[in-house]
Parts: sequence; C-alpha cells; structure tokens
Amino acid sequence: MSGAATARETGARLAKAQPLNAVLHWSQELLDAEGARVDAMPAGSSLAAMPVALKDNIVTVEQPTTCGSRILEGYVSPYNATVVERLRAAGAMIAAKTNLDEFAMGSSTEHSAFGRVKHPLDPSRVPGGSSGGSAALVAAGVVPAALGSETGGSVRQPASFCGVVGVKPSYGRVSRYGLVAFGSSLDCVSVFGRTVDDAARVLSTISGSDPLDATTVDRAPMRVPKALPDLRGLTVGVPKEYFPADLDAGVSTALRRTTEQIQGLGGEVRLVSLPNSAYAVPTYYIIAPAEAAANLARYDGVRYGKRRIGPEGDIRSLYRTTRGEGFGEEVRRRILVGTYVLSAGYYDAYYKKAQQVRALIADDFRKVFDSGIDLLLTPTTPTPAFKAGEKTEDPVAMYLADVFVCPMSLAGLPAMSLPVGRSEGLPIGAQLVAPHFGEELLLAAAQVLERTMDPLAEVR
Amino acid sequence: MAWETVIGLEVHVQLRTRTKMFCGNRTTFGDPPNTNVCPVCLGLPGALPVPNAEAIRLAVRGALALGCTVHETSVFARKNYFYPDLPKGYQISQFDRPLATGGSVSFDSPERGRMQVGITRLHVEEDAGKLLHDRFPGKTAVDLNRAGTPLAEIVSEPDLRSPAEARAYLTTLRQILVYAGVSECSMEQGSLRVDANLSIRPAGTSRLGTKTEVKNMNSFANVERALEVERARQIALVESGRSVEQVTLLFNAGTGQVKPTRSKEESHDYRYFPDPDLPPLVLTPAWIAEQRAALPELPEAKRARLEAAHALSAKDARVITAEVGLAHYFESVVDAGADPKTAANWVMGEVMTTYNESGSFPVPAARLAELIGLVREGVVSHQAAKRVYSELAQSSDQDPRTAAARLGLVQVSDQGALTGWVDEVLAAHPDEVARFRDGETKLMAFFVGQVMKRSKGKADPKGVQPVLQERLTVAADR
Repeated sequence: MSGAATARETGARLAKAQPLNAVLHWSQELLDAEGARVDAMPAGSSLAAMPVALKDNIVTVEQPTTCGSRILEGYVSPYNATVVERLRAAGAMIAAKTNLDEFAMGSSTEHSAFGRVKHPLDPSRVPGGSSGGSAALVAAGVVPAALGSETGGSVRQPASFCGVVGVKPSYGRVSRYGLVAFGSSLDCVSVFGRTVDDAARVLSTISGSDPLDATTVDRAPMRVPKALPDLRGLTVGVPKEYFPADLDAGVSTALRRTTEQIQGLGGEVRLVSLPNSAYAVPTYYIIAPAEAAANLARYDGVRYGKRRIGPEGDIRSLYRTTRGEGFGEEVRRRILVGTYVLSAGYYDAYYKKAQQVRALIADDFRKVFDSGIDLLLTPTTPTPAFKAGEKTEDPVAMYLADVFVCPMSLAGLPAMSLPVGRSEGLPIGAQLVAPHFGEELLLAAAQVLERTMDPLAEVR
Repeated sequence: MAWETVIGLEVHVQLRTRTKMFCGNRTTFGDPPNTNVCPVCLGLPGALPVPNAEAIRLAVRGALALGCTVHETSVFARKNYFYPDLPKGYQISQFDRPLATGGSVSFDSPERGRMQVGITRLHVEEDAGKLLHDRFPGKTAVDLNRAGTPLAEIVSEPDLRSPAEARAYLTTLRQILVYAGVSECSMEQGSLRVDANLSIRPAGTSRLGTKTEVKNMNSFANVERALEVERARQIALVESGRSVEQVTLLFNAGTGQVKPTRSKEESHDYRYFPDPDLPPLVLTPAWIAEQRAALPELPEAKRARLEAAHALSAKDARVITAEVGLAHYFESVVDAGADPKTAANWVMGEVMTTYNESGSFPVPAARLAELIGLVREGVVSHQAAKRVYSELAQSSDQDPRTAAARLGLVQVSDQGALTGWVDEVLAAHPDEVARFRDGETKLMAFFVGQVMKRSKGKADPKGVQPVLQERLTVAADR
C-alpha cells in the first residue's frame, strides 16, 4: 500500500480512536505529507509506509512535544530525536504523538495534564503507563507499531495491560538523544508492536550507537531474528520470587500455560532465584527521582515553555510559580523525593545505598544467566489492567504495579511482554528477559510462542 | 599580635578548544549574544552531552604540567543549582573523582624565596552563561554563548602566606599553562578567573582560622589588592574581639572594598551525583604517557636552558621566558645566527615594547638577526638600527640592508667624508676647540656628538674619534 493511502486510512482510524484520548498531536495534513515523503523514497526501505506513533516525550520538529505536561504546552523542538530520524530514513511515517503520564512518571496514564487514556477494551480501566497512549493505539489497531519509553517498565506494563507486544532493549542499544530525560541511567526508547515481527523490525531500525549519546554502546545494530522452528535447546529460568502466593489467579494460570507451552516446544524450564529483585521498587524510587529532580531542573521558564512570573516578580518567584503551576502532583512528588535523597547528610543513606542494591539486583541476573539459563520467564504485571482511579490516591500501590518490570530496568537488561491469554476478557502478558544484548534470541523465542499460543484464549 | 595569613586559590581557566565541552558550538569570545548555541548547551529537552576529546587532552596536559597524577578513571558529576545563566539547572563538573590530583608549582615568593604550592586537584567542567544587566532597562538578559565552554578548575593547597605571594603564584601558574598550550589565560577575556580563600591565625600556630572567599577580581594586581583588604579586615575584626564569619565577598575594584554577597545564596547544597548521561572517563596509562611525552618545554626548564646554553644572566632569562612567545622569538633570533647577548637586549627592548603594544612580532626573527649582523659589521649604528627596526615593523617584507640604505642610515667610515664633517664641527665651535687644547679633553665626547649630529647619525662613531684627535692635534702644532 502506498504512503498516501496509508496516510488516509491511518487518519481515519485515528479519528475513530479519538475517544481513547490516546493522542496528543496529529493532523491529516502532516500524515499526508508523511505519505508523500515516503512515496518519493526509493523502493525497498525496511519500514516502507509503516505508520508509527511516538510517545510525546520523543522530540519532533513537525509536532509539539509536551511530555503530557502544562510546563511544555506548545513547545516545539528545533530538532528530531535520533530515533525519529532513523524511522523516517527507513520509510516509516510519523503518525501521531501519544498521551503519557506527565514526564513518563506513572503506571496508568492517568497523570497526564491532558486527561487520562482509556483502555481500548474497557474504557473504565487504565491502559497502563506511562506509555499508555502508544499501547492503546497499537491495541486498538490504529498503528501496527509505536514508540514508547521505559524508565521502570513503562512499555512492558502497558503492553501487558493492552494485549500487545512491548519490548525494552538493553540500556545503550538505542539512542536517547531526543528522548526527554526522566531517569537517565534507566531511560530506554522502547517499542510496541501488534506482532513480535513488527516490534523487531522497528527496534532493529532504531538500534545502534549514536555519536550524540555517549551512553549508547558501540556494537552492530540489532538484526531482525530468523524464525526458530521450536524451542529445543533453550533453557528458560522461572524465578520463584516473581510468583508470589497472592498473584492474580488469571495471571498465574496464563503463566503456567506459557511454561507448559515452552516445555511442549522442547524448551527446558528451570526454577531459579533472584532474591534481590524484591528490593527493586524501593531502589528504583530513589534512583529514578534523584535523576529526575536534576533532569527536570531545566524547566524553569527562562528559555522555553510556559513562563509564569510570580507575585514578587523576581527570579525566585518566577521559578516557584512556573514550576509549581507547570508540574502536576506526581512530578512534584518525585522532584521532592529526588531532591531529598541527594541532600547533604542523606546521600549515603539513600542514593548511595540504592546504587549498591542496584548492583546486587543486576548481579542476581548475571549469576542466573551464567548458570546456563538462556531466558527468564515471569509475569509482566501482578494483575490485569486495573480500574481508573483505583490507585491514584495511593502512590505506593501504583508503584507496585511495576514490581515485576523494575528489576530489569535497574539491571539494564532487554525484556519484553508478550500477550499469552486473557482473564475475564482482559489481556495478560508474559515477560521474557534476556542477558545484555540478547534481543535477537529474546525476540526469536517470543515469536515461537506467539505462533503457537492464542493470545485471545480465556485462561480461566 | 603577629598574624599569619593563609591563602588558597581556586583558578578557572578556559581550555583552548575550538568548540564547547559537550557540544560542537564555537567558543569564540565577543560574538553577538546567543549565536553560539545549540540544543545541548541551551539545555533543550532531550539533548545530551558528549565530551570534547580535545578539552580532555588539554586538561590532562595542564595537569601533567602542574605535576599532578592523572587518574585513569574520573567521573563527571552534576552540580545542582538554579540560576538563569545555567541552562540545565545543573553544571556538569567533577566532584569526588576528579581528573587529576596531587601536583605542585614552584614559584619565587617575594618574601620567602623559592617556594612550592601544592595543587590539590584539577578537574574539568563546563562554564555557565552570562547575565547582561545593561541591555534592556529594568530587565536582565541572558547570553548563553559562554554556556558549555570547557574549563579546568585548579585548586591549590592553602600554602600561600601573603597577597603578594598569591600574585606571584598566579603569575607562575599562568606561565606554565600558557607554555603548555592549555589556555590563553586572559583575565580580560575571562579565560582565567580566580576565587581566593583567605584566613588568618596567630603566627606560629597551625590550626586554620575561619576562611572567607573573595571573588570578582579582574587582574592579578587586583587579586593582591583584594586580599590585602580582606586580610586587614579580618585582622581588625579579630583584634577588636569579634570573629570572622565564613562568607563570600565580592571585590569592587572601583572602591577597593570587599562586600559580602547575600548570605542566603551561600547556603547551597549542590547535591552532587554522578552524571548518568556520561560514562566514567577512562584514560589508558599509555595515552597519559603519550601526553606527558608531548608536553612542550615548560618555563622553568626553558629558563635554565637559556642560562646554560646562551650564557644569559638569571634576570635576563627570567624576563625573556616570562612570555612563551617572547622566549620562542628569542630562540629563533639566536638560531638565525645572532649573538645571544645582543639578541637578548633586543628582545628585552624594542621587541618587548612592540609585543606589549601589539601582542605580536611584526619583524620576523631572521630579519632581526640580519639587522644585528649589520650592527656588528658596522654597516649601521646601534641607534640607526632601532630606526631600521621600526621601519621593518611597519612592513616586514623588506630586508634590513635595503631598508637601512633607503633610510640613508648606512654608516659612513670613509676618511674624506668624516674629515669634512669634523672640520665643519671644529670650525663651528672655536671656543670648545680652544678649551680642549687647554687640556679640557673630556670635550671629546661633545665633538663626537656634534659630528654624529651633523652627519645625521651616519658617521661611524668608531672612525670619528681618531679623525677628531688628529685634526685637533694638527691644528695645535701649527
């Protein structure tokens, strides 16, 4: 299909999906321009005329980039993120900028200054977050793939809730240049796909070192893996800590079925232990806010964004008012936490300790992978998608929605969520985890499961 | 009571790179506001820093020139504070793992002779922008051209004991850094800035007193002045029974006073932490060794060598090596065949004058060597050579011999011509001739001067005196 035709059809689907509130910026005009641009490209581009949506914390020249925040309302970047340049060069069409928790801080996409995103299957529920807009658009069939970003599970968790594929690459695999920073040592541009193949093609396009990001790793870009016939020869570790007694029954059943499927396909399943993963959420909620407090200091109303001059009219008042009114509650909470844990006298007790625990968490994974385990299998989330408003008054309950996805972020490992069934109509995701830069095996194994399991099957 | 002054200096120098510390913008001084900026140094959303390899190389060079240990691993850290000239709300600096530590600088203290100052550390960081208060009435403007400019911060031990010593150390430090090619070290252009810490204690005691920090000095002379003022202020405080408070003071060169900044701004907790955007900076021992080997000759070594190789006096060697450009020029003149002592006199005279005025060496070293040769051969007088030098400085494409000829400055030693001028002088001064013949022989100098004047400096002074002697004697015999 031509870019022009894709532009029209995608536009129609975007218009229809409007009630989800998944999109912050799109226009038929820009889509048509994208269609014309890719139609003028030589044939044979790897993502020819694939419409791709971008989380609105990835900067683009054509659309505003708000990060779901009042403080950046109307901000337009003078440059494109590296991942945007790479997508465009490969023939992809930028379809829309999607809604998110403000500055990617949240697990339900309820913390957007521009309203919450609705779950495509049940509008009373959340799509997960913080990349909820991208997840919902892919789940609703509007685009085959979308970019999100992960700091502590913000793609895998909504992928699980929405029943789509969500892949977080190894830290350093994909350039962060142009991804608005939240927790720089954790942030990863990540991918949603309707299928494993869609996600793999997009990920291989955007991966590879970037001279503009000193934390990218100098190694060959990831390739789209070759299809495997089965899982023979593969050893999959199942970490016992990720299957607590109070795990949702549907999730538990879906994971058991997945385990059996792996064995049925010739894979070996082994029980393993990752004892320090239990500390991942508290560790994450020290490191990520600390980095965020510094990363968000630039939104001061001096150079760009919404400036609000306070009552006193001086610079301190300008800072206070711009930031006090421009940031939402969850962002302010994390800036305060982050500032506190880095303060003189608290640094060692919090930030330094958290870094030590982070190293222990990463070490657990290393040991397991060194012991002959090729991949790990866990639930992506403890429950299926929850109701809107259910956790907004209890930040810690919200944070615990990421309990199974945080550890891999702290360890910088590639991981993904694959839909493996439904519980009372709601999607359930299984999480696969690979060693550093093991994306190709991760995706190849996921593809075998995708081919042989019905993601729509009721598990209860 | 006798007081001992304790001073330590923090010196920021701009590393001599073409581009900024973490992006590709130019570092040119004096461009229109906000023209050398990009997403990175403006702190735009999503932009990331990438270290400038040349800045690292220069900082390592500086560290090695100051005798520091350069660490194989150092870490960039964020220093967090809000200020409108700081685009990201943090400065990328280094904190607990700096690039280099533990160096020392030898310098001549005006009071204590040859001394050493310990260098605590040298680290790299980025500069902030500038606030402009005079562009728009009642408003402050921000110019971010300077934001992200690479700096090395050089922290000394509190080893200095007087304001004059602080100045002497700064002079030596500057020399070393300029020699090593690390920085232009120009205080006027802001490529060298000094923050000084000063405290006093009873002479003979070892516990440090409460220190204050003095900022905003725009010359080494003002560093000395400001520290004199601050020392006197602290002594007066303590002697009147009060105590010194730990404050930051700004020096006002106009009033010669120091004034505390508002103490609120001093309660900063910078919340340093490692910058997650930048992996630790890892340098291999081989690369560090390469940088050490590539270090140019430093002032002290050059001074010693000039003294030894060219028999220069210690004082001359010091004057000539004070500026690396002057030293290089001197060596080129000598290499081109000039006598070292004569070359030294030229360099410390005419050459230094032009250099101080124009900052350049308009007469190529080979030309000056040629000119020195002409003086030695008696082709031009020393006086005339100075005029030839000025002529060459105007347009350097002439050779000295042609220029001297064109100016009519080639000396005349022809007997006939000299006798002519001598006779004219003697005829014009009958009284002096009579007095000379009566034994007032010191008038010889007067006659020589008159002959030089009459010949417009062209007469060869060595040839004039015998002719004078002869003509004065001949006349007396008559």
